[in-house]
Amino acid sequence: MASKILQVKNRNRSDIVFNIFLYGIAILLLIVCFYPMYFVLIASFSDPKAVAGGQVLFLPVNISLEGYQVLLGYKQIWACYGNTIFYTLAGTLMVLLVNIPAGYALSRKELVGKGFIMTLFIIPMFFSGGLIPTYMLISSLRLVDTIWVMIIPGAVITYYVIVSRTFFQNSVPEEIWEAAQLDGCSYKFYFMRVVLPLSKAIIAVITLWSAVGIWNSYFQALIYIRNPDLQPLQILLRNILITSKEMAKMTEGTGMAEEKLRMTELLKYCTIVVSSAPILCLYPFVQKYFNQGVMIGSVKG
Amino acid sequence: MEKQMRKKFSFGEIWKRMWKCRDLYLFLFPALVLLILFTYCPMYGVQIAFRDFVAEKGIWGSEWVGLKYFKQFINSYQFGNTLKNTLVLSVYCLLVTFPLPIMLALLCNQMRNGKFKKVFQVVTYLPHFISTVVVCGMILMFLSPSSGIIAQFLSLAEIKMPNIMSKPGAFPSIYVWTEAWQHIGFDSIVHIAALSAIDPSLYEAATMDGASKWQKMTRIDLPLLLPTVTIMFILRMGSLVSIGFEKVYLLQNSLNISTSEILSTYVYKMGLIGGQYSLSAAINMFNSIINLILLLTVNYISAKLSDTSLI
Repeated sequence: MASKILQVKNRNRSDIVFNIFLYGIAILLLIVCFYPMYFVLIASFSDPKAVAGGQVLFLPVNISLEGYQVLLGYKQIWACYGNTIFYTLAGTLMVLLVNIPAGYALSRKELVGKGFIMTLFIIPMFFSGGLIPTYMLISSLRLVDTIWVMIIPGAVITYYVIVSRTFFQNSVPEEIWEAAQLDGCSYKFYFMRVVLPLSKAIIAVITLWSAVGIWNSYFQALIYIRNPDLQPLQILLRNILITSKEMAKMTEGTGMAEEKLRMTELLKYCTIVVSSAPILCLYPFVQKYFNQGVMIGSVKG
Repeated sequence: MEKQMRKKFSFGEIWKRMWKCRDLYLFLFPALVLLILFTYCPMYGVQIAFRDFVAEKGIWGSEWVGLKYFKQFINSYQFGNTLKNTLVLSVYCLLVTFPLPIMLALLCNQMRNGKFKKVFQVVTYLPHFISTVVVCGMILMFLSPSSGIIAQFLSLAEIKMPNIMSKPGAFPSIYVWTEAWQHIGFDSIVHIAALSAIDPSLYEAATMDGASKWQKMTRIDLPLLLPTVTIMFILRMGSLVSIGFEKVYLLQNSLNISTSEILSTYVYKMGLIGGQYSLSAAINMFNSIINLILLLTVNYISAKLSDTSLI
């Protein structure tokens, strides 16, 4: 009896040590993940002198909106912002229109040639033509430097087809279709009136994945878009943050060289905040759907 | 009996079944058209890797040169270097970013359900939603030797910050650890989902038997997570060498190029910037073939060892 109590005591002690380690590591990870983002945020609101002097560590110093004011007057960024919003909305709509019906068709077991069509969808996941042949095709279709190149070529995403197929198979009861069929319901009508209203979760997940993906992508535009009026935000961000091409234009008329240098840093922080805020703010509210989506996707498909 | 069988597979019968679900083909139509146009047509264009492509002559008119461009690439002085960089970067990346999300999931699974866990998950997922361009911008700003935040922390200790971005030796670590920072949380979701499916009675039984938390983690969680881990591992192996172009390209500069030039950035530079379409297509194909071989090998080994396989 005494030994048993001792055992329980030991266990409790080891669990306490374990918990200290567990939450210690967790808090450390929290800081590592969160601090870089937080620092960018506070730096964008601070006096650039204080940032350069290393005084801005935990709270903004001498709160100022100077950077945002300059940014507000810089038209190019808002034009690109508009382009990105357009590409995100149109591209996401296209992704939904193309992939969800395909996923539904592939979820029906009476579809003749289902295995073959599925294979057609899966092969590109493992083998593709590559950059140059794709570029040659797009340019021969005269899509280079048009808005369509941002919307159409990337619309079919096999992973979304598979995830939506798995969802329809598992979450829409077969009995409803049997009943509807008896009443003479067509596939089209059934899909629009019964399946879609039951599938809000998967539609939400694919919308989010696709919107985040398009908002953040820059490769497509890097290769196919040269017209500055059509460029998405990410390309401009690259010019601002990485190659510093845009900086001379943006900091025009802000004074001496030293002042310019400081302004440059401040503007970088501000552009990061302005470009990432919409997605980051949206995310915690829709996190629930994201997790669901990953779980649907992880069910064997 | 035989007659019946034949009748079932007769052309007319299949046609009838296809006609019955004609609406479904309509649903598939847009996706299939786009798929064939934008992914299968370029596959046909891959043959330029075997031809001396000249734009005026078109694909068919260009002369067939066989493996000339593959040989040219393999004999070029860039070959060894880009291949080595690609492999170093991808294997290093796999070794770090594959196990970390699993550990995070195990950690998360041991936390009591509550506010802290929720906040923890939201915050660790967040960096995933920042774009590659912004992450690279942040890396460059933070590591800047004059104004970066790390330089300022170091200057408190009166250490002078070296210019890390210009050191070829540091490039793989910068790439891999920032990649881990960005995706550790998000990549752990799959594992957390698998862990949450574990039958709670196993834990109850373990508690009755006097198991500590550590023991529960290593004896229950870990073995039950293994199938998911295997599948994820195979998937990762398939894309091992197709390591992200975007981030490497953005972090490259003329000083660290000796470790940061990988196959995909080289393809881009040769092809779209240099205009050497055939050579570039050949390098790309070389990359794809390595990928495919890796995927099939790992899949085969895993099927032999653990009965878990993808195909």
